[in-house]
Amino acid sequence: MEAKEPKKLDLDAIRAKLASKQGPKYWRGLEEVAETPEFTAWLGDEFPNRSTLLQIDRRSLLKVMGASMALAGLSGCRGVFLDEEKIVPYVKQPEEMVLGKPLYFATAAPYPGYGVGFLVESREGRPLKIEGNPDHPESQGSTTAIHQAEILNFYDPDRSQNVMSQGEISTWDVFYAEASKMLADQKAKKGSGLRILTETIASPLLAEQIKDFLAVYPNAKWYQYDACGADSAKQAAVGAFGKPVNTIYDLKKAKVIVSLDSDFLMDGPGTLRYARDFADGRRVMGDNTEMNRLYAIESYPTITGASSDHRFRVRGSDIEAVAFALAAALGVQVNGSSQAAGISADNIAAIANDLRANHGAAVVIPGAHQSPNVHLLCHAINNGIGALGSTALLVPSFDESPQSQVAGLKELTDDLNGKRVDALLIIGGNPVYNAPVDFQFDRAIQNCPFTVHHSLYNDETSEKCVWHLPHTHFLEQWGDVRAYDGTISLIQPLIAPLFESRSAHQLFGVFLGKSEDGYALLKKSYEGKSLLVENSNVTGEMSTEAPKQRFENAWKKVLHDGVIPKTSYAPLSLPFIANAVQSITPRTPINGIEVILKADPTIGDGRHANNGWLQELAKPLIKTTWENTIILSPRTAQQYSLQTDDEAEVVVSAQSISGTVWIMPGHPDDSITIHLGYGRTKGGAVANGVGFNAYVLRHSDAMSFAAAESVKKTGDQSGDVAATQVHNTMEGRDLIRMGTVADYKKNPSLYEEEEHVHVDQTHPEFQSENVSLYPDEIFNYDGPQWGMTVDLNTCIGCNACVIACQAENNIPVVGKKQVLRAREMQWIRIDRYFTSPTDSGIHWDIGDFTPDPIADPTFSFQPVMCQHCEKAPCEPVCPVGATMHSHEGLNQMVYNRCVGTRYCSNNCPYKVRRFNFLNYTDNQAQFDATDEENPMRVPLLRLLNNPDVTVRGRGVMEKCTFCVQRINGVRIEAKKLGRDPKDGEIITACQQACPTKTIVFGNVADKDSKVSKIRGDKRAYQLLREVQTRPRVSYLGKIRNVNPEIKA
Amino acid sequence: MVRPDHPQFELLIEGDQTYSSIDQKIGNVVLDQRRHKKPWYAVIFVAFLLVNLLLVSVGWLLYQGIGIWGNNIPTGWAFDIINFVWWIGIGHAGTLISAILLLMRQQWRNSINRFAEAMTLFAVMCAGMYPLLHTGRPWVAYWLFPYPNIMAVWPQFRSPLVWDVFAVSTYFTASILFWYVGLIPDLATLRDKSTNRAAKVVFAMLSMGWRGANKHWHRYEQAYLLLAALSTPLVLSVHSIVSLDFAVAVVPGWNITVFPPYFVAGAVYAGFAMVLLVAIPIRKVYGWKELITMNHIDWMAKIMLATGLIVAYGYVLEAFYGWYAGTSSETALLNWRFSGPYKYDYWALILCNVIIPQLMWVPKLRRNLPVVWIVCISVSVGMWLERFVIIPMSLMRNYLPSSDYNYYPTKWDYFMFAGTIGFFFFMMWLFIRFLPVINMFEIKDLLHKMKGESAKADREALAPAGGGE
Repeated sequence: MEAKEPKKLDLDAIRAKLASKQGPKYWRGLEEVAETPEFTAWLGDEFPNRSTLLQIDRRSLLKVMGASMALAGLSGCRGVFLDEEKIVPYVKQPEEMVLGKPLYFATAAPYPGYGVGFLVESREGRPLKIEGNPDHPESQGSTTAIHQAEILNFYDPDRSQNVMSQGEISTWDVFYAEASKMLADQKAKKGSGLRILTETIASPLLAEQIKDFLAVYPNAKWYQYDACGADSAKQAAVGAFGKPVNTIYDLKKAKVIVSLDSDFLMDGPGTLRYARDFADGRRVMGDNTEMNRLYAIESYPTITGASSDHRFRVRGSDIEAVAFALAAALGVQVNGSSQAAGISADNIAAIANDLRANHGAAVVIPGAHQSPNVHLLCHAINNGIGALGSTALLVPSFDESPQSQVAGLKELTDDLNGKRVDALLIIGGNPVYNAPVDFQFDRAIQNCPFTVHHSLYNDETSEKCVWHLPHTHFLEQWGDVRAYDGTISLIQPLIAPLFESRSAHQLFGVFLGKSEDGYALLKKSYEGKSLLVENSNVTGEMSTEAPKQRFENAWKKVLHDGVIPKTSYAPLSLPFIANAVQSITPRTPINGIEVILKADPTIGDGRHANNGWLQELAKPLIKTTWENTIILSPRTAQQYSLQTDDEAEVVVSAQSISGTVWIMPGHPDDSITIHLGYGRTKGGAVANGVGFNAYVLRHSDAMSFAAAESVKKTGDQSGDVAATQVHNTMEGRDLIRMGTVADYKKNPSLYEEEEHVHVDQTHPEFQSENVSLYPDEIFNYDGPQWGMTVDLNTCIGCNACVIACQAENNIPVVGKKQVLRAREMQWIRIDRYFTSPTDSGIHWDIGDFTPDPIADPTFSFQPVMCQHCEKAPCEPVCPVGATMHSHEGLNQMVYNRCVGTRYCSNNCPYKVRRFNFLNYTDNQAQFDATDEENPMRVPLLRLLNNPDVTVRGRGVMEKCTFCVQRINGVRIEAKKLGRDPKDGEIITACQQACPTKTIVFGNVADKDSKVSKIRGDKRAYQLLREVQTRPRVSYLGKIRNVNPEIKA
Repeated sequence: MVRPDHPQFELLIEGDQTYSSIDQKIGNVVLDQRRHKKPWYAVIFVAFLLVNLLLVSVGWLLYQGIGIWGNNIPTGWAFDIINFVWWIGIGHAGTLISAILLLMRQQWRNSINRFAEAMTLFAVMCAGMYPLLHTGRPWVAYWLFPYPNIMAVWPQFRSPLVWDVFAVSTYFTASILFWYVGLIPDLATLRDKSTNRAAKVVFAMLSMGWRGANKHWHRYEQAYLLLAALSTPLVLSVHSIVSLDFAVAVVPGWNITVFPPYFVAGAVYAGFAMVLLVAIPIRKVYGWKELITMNHIDWMAKIMLATGLIVAYGYVLEAFYGWYAGTSSETALLNWRFSGPYKYDYWALILCNVIIPQLMWVPKLRRNLPVVWIVCISVSVGMWLERFVIIPMSLMRNYLPSSDYNYYPTKWDYFMFAGTIGFFFFMMWLFIRFLPVINMFEIKDLLHKMKGESAKADREALAPAGGGE
């Protein structure tokens, strides 16, 4: 046999390969870099250096066998001389913990500039589900989709786990030692080489700590920067009131709301509260037809526009002209033309009249990404229509610097480039990824010898910094945060930090030479203040107690409740500086085609990019998932001969991106919207390589709207966009009933009699719309009968219910390829339809839009979950009886019995059933298990599952259960008390999350229950009644409060 | 040639045949293995490769799950059920030929019934794979059978899928019995004729002690007749039940009462196409032109034409019901079939199943083998397209347009389909090599009647069936 010569390594090839690998990369030998087959085989072998099996002779085999037997025998010695491993129940059970029973703790989540209070469900010490805190002024018990998804972020195995120093794992002690050296140097210079960069903060404690820090290092500078923050609002506030104040809105009082490109129902501080107040103003029942009226003038189809009574599509850079025109129509002294594009002067006048007629009960809301001029004009209009102090309130901001955030960041970049910065502390944020592209922040940061990034992920910024410090998730830290209206919530941890992470408070605690104990820091900061004791109304022998005890009681109560009462800001009454408006002139709108850059509606500015739930969540209205697209109107697409799924290149100021085109009816013409937040390079296993990075188009002088130098088709096929809904019209079917207030008064059912329905006058009983051969009462069982109502008039299509359901019911993420195959697993979906008076009704798919009829459609939403039909078509076709009816009217799915024929899904007229085509639950491993990039990853996602809900394996059907685990949970508690569940006691996950309280669940057999009353409302109807499935879900028709003066 | 007493048999056997020449012609294909040359090896080689592809596809399917196919949420059934219905349909010709034609005393069936029945068996095997493997959890698919168990759980008898289980398993059992009972006298002939020791032993065991005694023949005739009577309703019931999988559903495009007769006609249509498709080449290769005559082909083409017209009527009715229902979802589905993105499939179906088979009206073309063969291919493709139009194309469109989503197959869908075709031909070719493809004793019986020989010759003619000449 010939001796095999070891293969020679091609060193040049290895060098080339090494050069092509990015970032710090370690290799075990040159063979690995060369990726020789020998090395691959060595890697794959469990025992790389062993002999082959054939080489083992009998004697060595017996030796090995003998040793194994002896070792196996040792296991019998457990408890004799080896440690005995035992699993025992608690000897001393932690207080209040009952195994199998959830506990709820109040806490809060900080977002840039504000926070939201939550109640978090904890099971055996694991936080599992986030619900809104009913006592919190914004949440009022509701959550958004992003809030719901925070729990997945918490269990994200990609979260940063270690202190990193120049790419090497390090420790906090090493960092603190280095940092104290640096701080000592800086102390001598009064901190002149020290810079702090944070996001807009909302924590009183952190503000206090940073102020203390700046007191020690007086020449140090603190900047706050949010990529998609409220910079325009800040500049306008400085102009209008001389101070950077925040504007918040009280929509409860508003009868007329005008949105100038604002998506206040979905985005920004206070959104949950705004959505609730907006919906409360539209709850039409019976004869009460009083409704608020919303005009949406917007540059991109948002859910706010979709929920409006009148929607005008106006290019982003033309909104300013509309603001000028509206201000002029309302008598504000302005310079410049009042010629607004995209909306006629008559309609402007009509809106102005409506605003004027509702003095003090009207408000104009500018979009956060709109120019400071628009914000300024809105202040002027709100001042004129009596909104200031009534529907629009001014409150202080944590960002007290009069400088704009972008200007601040520019100053920091210049300092960095001028090598004037010795140490830069970046707390949160990801400026390398999301700073304006012309700043070249990633290069500037290299000029500083001591850069620190303290963040949740080891991301793009961390990579460029000398130090990366892992930040705690809010569920594992102490802290505090102010709500949009100023109310303070305490953040309390649900669990000890999973990794070696510290909160910003702990970090500054150490920098200030104080404690590193987050709890102590927080408690101490409140001990000195009287607000906690004074405001938290702990009654009883308060006066007689020692002050210390009073504080302890108040502290406990506040921790329990989650909010410190009466800490909302008193609205500031600042005089409006009238000159501010007179000095501005309208910017010339962008000539040609504009590019709108805005935060993504699901993953935000990129901070949630590693969250699979949010990635797979269909973006409102456009319904795409897993990537950002180049969104334009049908007419503009035609102009550039682009089709959906084409790849196009967009050039802005010599920077170009290429992405997939998505045609969106209702988008303004000559305008392109691109969502930010995608194209992450170091965002984690889910985020990396998804979509394209649109921040490369974002220049500091055109943060929101930029002129496109060119838009062209590249000719490449970039692959299909995974959308969850591709057919867009109702095809003339009775799916969503809609009408105006006048229609409703005429015919409360809003049902348009179809022409072919023959009404036999001699048989009046057949004149009802519910003619049926079946008897009315199919269910004659005692006991509760579960049912649900969904009021389409208040549904804003915000997706909160979708993610709430996903979190509650252990619904897996399937990935883009599976979404492209229409196999997404969410149990509740938001159907979206376009209607247009001239619409022919038939469109095979989205590429077929003819530009004109559907350019400016009306949008409507319909959340669809299992309808729990009384005569469910899925049930008789199942060959094994895996889907059955309960005597309480639930259509039940018995996973264990399901063989997976999919017949039930074929026969479901609502197509609400979801099938495990692959082993999706285990396939979560693709986002979970260890990978070679990060061998330290811990498989965490499996901790996330709700123990009350079965985890489904492959090959079984699943669907909405009406949260049967919650029904039974409440029933058990009620039984213990010897009573029936009370009306409103059982709350489904979708219902609980819903910001507008659109979904109502309960017992339809109880005529006094809320759900029965709504089900009996004249607007209520059942979907596809002609199929005779008799659903237990009722929808209530949508009413638009149109202004007759508005002309199309 | 002797002038026959029974002129109606004149057209069934051509050439100057004797009892021994018939045994020779048919039996030697089995007994003289050297007769199988390149064509046989070429076909079985390709078929064997495809069987391996089938095994790989099934293995991967069991490992990964249904997700390797293109099925999605509106389209829960696609290639799996298309192929199931297609294969079941192909099997139908065999049963029709053996059972209904026997009861109707159509003697011409004798030269084609054996391999048509074999086709039925193999087609049902191919068909049976799909309902089993299309389930999400095939390892518990036995729950569809009503077997006694301690959970006291029964299948849900209201579901057409359970009816399918009964229909298909009964069908398979009846077909295999029918086929095997019919084989016994011929197996005995082969036992007697074979010189190879091993073949003799195997055929001896298979022929179950058949000696050609009067009693044997009596029992045989009784049994065969009873089985024929039992199988006859199956011809109609199996595909009716299969069609109920669709007709009982509320899915627009499925919920049509014409489905049972329309499906049965389609099945016979597809079955005869497949019989011709296989018969035309093998009669050439093995020199059976005198046993499977042009008259046989002509008659089969006529049956194809007749059933094809029923199927065409079905298409007209489908469109009519869609229009007459008057609901938006039904009319939208019709529109979708006629002019949606899959319209080419629909119009190809009309071309293959309605237009091309009209060639069979012309007597000359019915006797032109290449034309008949091409028409048969067209019908086979057309019948597959018909199921594509009915199953996934109806599911893609929904009551709620929001759920509409297009279906497109993956490579695994095609692999498994190709694999079952390979399996079918693999089994068929093994059958051709190892069992008598044409019913020897019935042909001899036919020859006897044709020659109208004396009672003495009758005895002579009967004797060789058991004991050789």
